[in-house]
Order: sequence, then structure tokens, then C-alpha cells
Amino acid sequence: MTAIDWKNIGPLANIPVRGARRLCFGLGGRPIAIFRTSEDEVFALVDECPHRSGPLSEGIVSGHTVTCPLHNWVIGLADGKATGADEGETQTVPVKLVAGEVHVGVPKVLARGRV
Amino acid sequence: MNMISDPRERLVVIGNGMAGMRTVEEMLRLEGGDRFRVTVFGAEPHVNYNRIMLSSVLAGDKSVDDIVINSREWYRDNDIALLTGDPVTRIDREARTVTSANGVTVPYDRLLIATGSRPLAPPIPGLSLPGVCAFRNIADVDKMLESARTQKRAVVIGGGLLGLEAAWGLKQRGMSVAVVHLMPTLMERQLDAAAGQLLQRDLDRRGIAFFTEGLTESITGSNCADGVQLADGRFIPADLVVLAIGIQPNIDLARAAEIEVNRGIVVGDDMSTSDPNIFAVGECVEHRGQVFGLVAPIWDQAKVCASRLTGDKTALFASRELSTSLKITGIDVFSAGALMAADESDDEITLRDNKHGLYKKVVLRDGKMVGAVLYGDVADGSWYLQLMRDKTDLSAMRDRIVFGRAFAEAGSVKTSGPDVASMPDDAQICGCNGVSKGGIVRAIKEKELTSLSQVRAHTKASASCGQCTGLVEALIAHATGVMVEKKVPALCDCTSAGHDEIRKAIVADGLKSMKDVRDAFGWKKPDGCHKCCPALNYYLLCAWPGEYHDDAQSRFVNERVHANIQKDGTYSVIPRMWGGLTTPAELHAIASVVEKFSIPTVKVTGGQRIDLLGVKKEDLPAVWGDLNKAGLVSGHAYAKGLRTVKTCVGSEWCRFGTQDSTGLGVKLEKMCWGSWTPHKVKFAVSGCPRNCAEATIKDLGVVCVEAGYDIVIGGNGGIDVRVTDPLVRVSSEAEVLEYAGAFMQLYREEAHYLDRTAPWIARVGIDYVKSRLVDDSAGRRALNARFLYSQQFVQVDPWSERVRGAESHEFARLPALTDA
Repeated sequence: MTAIDWKNIGPLANIPVRGARRLCFGLGGRPIAIFRTSEDEVFALVDECPHRSGPLSEGIVSGHTVTCPLHNWVIGLADGKATGADEGETQTVPVKLVAGEVHVGVPKVLARGRV
Repeated sequence: MNMISDPRERLVVIGNGMAGMRTVEEMLRLEGGDRFRVTVFGAEPHVNYNRIMLSSVLAGDKSVDDIVINSREWYRDNDIALLTGDPVTRIDREARTVTSANGVTVPYDRLLIATGSRPLAPPIPGLSLPGVCAFRNIADVDKMLESARTQKRAVVIGGGLLGLEAAWGLKQRGMSVAVVHLMPTLMERQLDAAAGQLLQRDLDRRGIAFFTEGLTESITGSNCADGVQLADGRFIPADLVVLAIGIQPNIDLARAAEIEVNRGIVVGDDMSTSDPNIFAVGECVEHRGQVFGLVAPIWDQAKVCASRLTGDKTALFASRELSTSLKITGIDVFSAGALMAADESDDEITLRDNKHGLYKKVVLRDGKMVGAVLYGDVADGSWYLQLMRDKTDLSAMRDRIVFGRAFAEAGSVKTSGPDVASMPDDAQICGCNGVSKGGIVRAIKEKELTSLSQVRAHTKASASCGQCTGLVEALIAHATGVMVEKKVPALCDCTSAGHDEIRKAIVADGLKSMKDVRDAFGWKKPDGCHKCCPALNYYLLCAWPGEYHDDAQSRFVNERVHANIQKDGTYSVIPRMWGGLTTPAELHAIASVVEKFSIPTVKVTGGQRIDLLGVKKEDLPAVWGDLNKAGLVSGHAYAKGLRTVKTCVGSEWCRFGTQDSTGLGVKLEKMCWGSWTPHKVKFAVSGCPRNCAEATIKDLGVVCVEAGYDIVIGGNGGIDVRVTDPLVRVSSEAEVLEYAGAFMQLYREEAHYLDRTAPWIARVGIDYVKSRLVDDSAGRRALNARFLYSQQFVQVDPWSERVRGAESHEFARLPALTDA
């Protein structure tokens, strides 16, 4: 497995409860969405719906799912997989909470050299 | 296909309809494709479809694709040669061949005739005019839909099952519809006079006009039908005339081949014709003097015919007691057997509840049921039918039988709903497809089915007309032990409660937060889902103006960020232009903002405003700030709320204008902007009946006339174009405003979330809306007052709030990272 760098992206309070924010840097050029659930858990996914690349960070978050704002696909936050009858998967990104701050794991090779 | 080496017998099927293909399906089920090489000729250009459901296609409840029974792949997979759009024109019994219109000749060992029926067409002058059609096939439905798109008035000749379904479908498609019926009451072959009258009353309330005891003398018109002339002098203008007075078997082909025919092609109990190699099934046959128009006995015929074709020498067809039902949303009708007592020794028991529109009648003979007519509540229909078929002795429960099973069998302690557990295995559940309780339960157990759609796929039960869906669901619950939630569709998967139930409880029980509602109804998911979150948020907002705090995270992104998300994740910005009016200063401001933020596309909308497309989310507050400075505010083009009020220039400029339509449009928009509604709302005001503002396809339209203002409601210009229903004519602008406010509030309080006004009105009926807004003036004023009260909390420009810093986190980016 590729080694990862953990990046602190700031306090959990920056992200609304049952909401998400898009990250300013991407993963290999692809944007990342950080989600916060009603239980204050955090998840991170590549911010592209597997269907038509809609911004998942703008969707309605409920439980451990987010609904894409473009065509209502419901994506699991933990595994990035489409639920129900739809099929598809968006990439998950490692994320953890450390003392109220959100840390995102990015592969070392990508992290290096990115600003 | 190698014609020489194929050892199988050749079966040719004339007719690609339900009866013929059902027989083929039954045959494949019995023997696979081993015995016959099958060739099917169909006169229509389509694959095999469910003709019963054409009325649902007409009404817009289903698409043509939804009613396809077997796709072309199915024919290919089962090695069936299908020739569509090519009717057979000749049967040569000597040579054992059939020849089609295109000149294709195919030899047969066995021949199946399933040519169905054609509409009965008496010699009425004008029948061949353009604008006259039957209601029999997809081509007819296409004609009717085309007419509904471009024309207004339809007359349906025939007030039987088919005619009423056609009338309702056309009404749903926005036409004004009249039904001409020869008899004094509707559906007289299936309903007694009392039930027929209730049916007429309910359909009349839904806006269908009736001309009973009307004998059509001619269809008038020179190039095209323009009306229906009745023998008693009445005349009904029409753009479309639909003939639905009955059907007659298609027997010409059989007669030409000298096969025995009478009214239909004569068949024996084994479904064979006078030529032992030729069989016939469906609406083209006559069996023991009887011809057939309902699907249930035809399925029985298909079964018998398939068994016979595959070598079973015992299968016999016998017609059984039949029931009928009507496919009109919200109207429940059931009838079976005798409609009334034949003589004094018969026992007729009726129950009538005019207020609730309920009617039940059972006919008993020698203590056994021989007929039942139900109107309004048909839950016991299948039970009655079973009692009739089983010839059950009912003497012991005679006094209670009309109240239905739950009551009649009281003592055996049954709660409610049909008691599927105690039904015998051979009890017929699905009349359309001839599926018994035993068949369904077996399929559920053997194939481990758990859902309605699976049971439909495997057994076809409830897959045709759908009336037995409740029974099938009860059987699934019974067989699997899992309760299927049902009746009123639930708001979403998080609850079993429906929209109305929840809305009532919010007001009656004082539920003031999402948590209150979820606790009260035992929500399955603590956060709800993307369906219920916005709905509950809206319901609470509507019920508790000024008290309930909007929950941004429960809103769809557009309403959260007050702009319209586009496919690439950018947004569109549409400022309000009151009544479609603008000024040089506003246009300057728009031009500068477009240049300053490099906005890629500027487009004039259909709602008389200007759309700026491709704005980045983080630029939104700055864009709004610049627009605000010129006095431009949010146009709510993203909201389930008032969008535009489209106007024409009216009496101020137009030489035809009768009133100040632009000014009235601005007043309406100033009054109603900012309000949240179940779905988007569009208004228009036209200054004269030329209607340049297209007011008759808006949620609320005003058409100005010399005498005042015609208010029309419930129009829609989207997928399902629907012309408005007239509400009322008033004489002053103040009255228009009062009606508009009351209409908005009634819609806000009673429609389901995501219902546009058109489907809402189609569901509750224009007469209901009139009874609340026109007939009840005190109620109208109260509704308007509630609307104006709630407006004071929401008429704040969401853009300027955000320019001032509200919800700033929404538009701020997360702090950028630096490399470690």
C-alpha cells in the first residue's frame, strides 16, 4: 500500500452538521469532499458522483449516505458505493478526527509537490 | 433457422396480441421450445403489449414501454419468428399454409387464430372523418394524445368500461370531455342503476360532462369532425370523437377459409375449431354461444389451448363467474354475476352511504351468492367472487354478508383487510392472469420471493390491471411472515405514514420540529433521507410561520445556496424582473457583473428574465452584491416557490389590451414572492383572450377581458402539458389578489411536497378547489389572511442577507493546505 501523509485541514466546526465541504486541493486533480454526519463522524470521498460526476459535497447528508444533487443517486459515505438499484463507486479517501481537527490522508507521492 | 433439418412441428400464430402470445408463453412453460417451431404474425407494428393498460397510457400513468409484455429479445431468445406490421390475409387449409399482406407464405402443422376483435362501428354518418378514432390499439392512443396536445374538446361515444376510461384519460390530458351514452345509466352491463348514478356523479365532479339516453345521429364536419349530433336535437361540438361502444370478433379470415363461424369463430371445450389442426383463442372465439371481452377467461383459454397443443387430451375450457373493474384513479368499482334479483324468490340486499359515496349490493339465490355490485369500497370483491364460484351456503350470515367479510365472519376474530390465511388454495387472487392463492404461495416459498415486484415477475399476479395488488401484498405477508406496509403510499422509506397523515399530525398535535415528527411516527432512520428531509422542512415551515426555523441542511442545494446548480457544478443566477419589466440601470448592472466575473453565458429565459449561467459558487455573494446595488433581488428561479409572473403589455400599449395586465402581474409578484410552496409556482397575466402571456398553462393565470378578470388554475407546460381549469371571473384587481393569495395558501397547506398544482388539482378535483375558494368566501378570506401572515416572515431578499454575511460558511472555501 502506498504510504500516506496525514494533512490537517482544520477544525470539524468548519463543516456543517449533516453537510459537507469541498477541499481546496484535489486527489490527482480530482476534488475531495469531507462529510460530517449528525453524530459528528467524518468521511471523505472524491467529490464526484459515479453517475455524472455531480458534486457530492452539495448533496443532502442523512445517516451514512449522501444524495447527489444532480440526479439523486444515493452514495454510501463509508464505501463510496451507490446504494439501491444504481451501480457505481466513487473513491474513498482516508480521514480521521484528531482533537477536533480533521486530518485527510493523501498518498505521499501526490502530496509531495502540491500546494 | 434451417428449414429442412429442423425436426419440430410448425406452429403458426395469427395475431400478436395478449391471447395468442399468452398461449405461446403457456406452451413454452409446459414444454420449452422443443415441440414447435413458432412463427407469429402481428397486424400492428409493435411487439406484444398489454392492451388492458392502454387506458393507463392514455391517462399518463404508464408509458408504452411499461405495457410491453414481451420484448423483441424475448422472441429471439425463444426462437420465435415474429413478423410485425404484416397481417395474414389468407389461410389455405388444403396446402396448410398462411399468406400475409406482404406476400409471405408460411406452412403450418398447427395453426392458432388469435385475431382478437375490432371496434363495433354502426353506420353513423361522418364516422370516416379525420378526428374520429376508436380506442383499441397504440395507434388510436397516439391519435388521441396528438389531439389532446393541440385541441380542446373531445366527445366519447359510449359510456361503458372502455368509453369511461378513454374519457378519463383525455380529461387527464387536459381536454374538456363529454360522454354520449345510449342508456340512462353508465356501465349498465356491469352496474345497476344506483351504482351507475354514483359513478356518473363522481365523474361529473371530476369535470366530465354526460349526455345519457343520447343516440348519435351523425358526426358532423366537412374536412374534419367538428361535433356530434344527437337524434333528440342536442349537439356537442368536438375536435376529437372517440367511438367506444363495444367490440366484435374478427372472424373474416376464418370465414374465408370456411372454418365454422357464428358471432365468433366457433370452438369446442378443447379450443379447436371445426378444423382439428386449427385452434382459436381470445376475443375472436365463440364458445358455447358466448363471446369474450374480459381477460380472465381468455387466460383460461390460453392455458387449455397450450395444453392441447402440447398433447394433453384432457384439458377443457369452461367459463366461470367473472368480475370487472374500472381503471380510473380513485374510483373503485366491482361487479360480478347478476346485477339484480331475477324474480321475487331472489334476495337483494343493499347498503348505501351517500355521503361517503359507498354502495354495496349482493344478490342471493337459494342462500347462495349469485351477484355483487360494489362502489366506493371494493375490498370484499374477491371474497364475494370466491363465494359465488364456490356456491357457498350463506344462510347463516345472510344478515351480515353485505357489510363485508370482516363483519360477516365476526367471531373468527379477524382484524381488518382480506383474510388471506383462511382462503382455500384454489381461491383466485389475480383474475386477469388466472393466478390462485396456491400458485402465489408456492412461488414465494420455492423461489424465496419477498417483494411485490418479484411476485409479479414470477407469477404475473397483479401485473395486469393491478386491482389485486393489496391481496398479493397480504399473501406475501402471510407466506413470509413479513408485513408489507401498504395502502396510502408512504412519504418515503423512513416511515409508513403518508403525506396527509403527517401534515395533519403536525398541526393537530403541535409538532414543531423534525425530531417531534420523527418521534411521533417512529422514523426508521434518525436523520431521515433526501426525500423526507426537504418535505418535513417544508411542512413545518408552512404550518408554523415565524416559529419554525428553516433547516438549511434539509434543503436541496439550490435552495440552500439560492442559485441553480448546473451539470458542471457551477450555478446560474436569475434576478427578479417584476412582471418581466426592466430598466437601463438594471441592464447596465447585469452587463457589468457578467464582464467582471467572466460569466460565460447570458440567456433570456422563458419566464421573461435574464439568466447568468456558469457562476462559481464562491463568486455568488459578490455577484449578488453588485446586482443588489442596482436594486436587483433574487428571482427564486431555484426555489419551490413563486418563480415568475409572465405578462403581456396589456392596455398600456397593446391595441387589444383590455386591462393593465403588466401592472397586475407586478402586483401579484410583489404579493407572492418569497413564499415556499410544495413545488415551483408560475403565474401569468394576459391582457386579452389572445393570451400572449400563455396564462392557460400556468399554475395560476389571469386572462383579462372587458368585463374583468378570468382566473384559471392548475395549468402546466412541462412534460405533461395541462391546460388550466377555469376558477372564477372577478371584476377587480383586489379580488384577483385575494383569490391568488387564497389559492397559494390552499396549495401550500394541502398539496403533497413535490406536487405541482396540476397533479394536485387532478387528484382533489377542480370542484373541491372551487368549493374552498369560490363557494366559501369566508374560507377564502381566511386562507388569504394566513398567506399574507406567513409572507411577512419570508419576504427578505436571500441574496442581500448573504451579501451581508449570512451563511458565509456556505460560500467560503476550506483553508488551503500547504505541503507538509
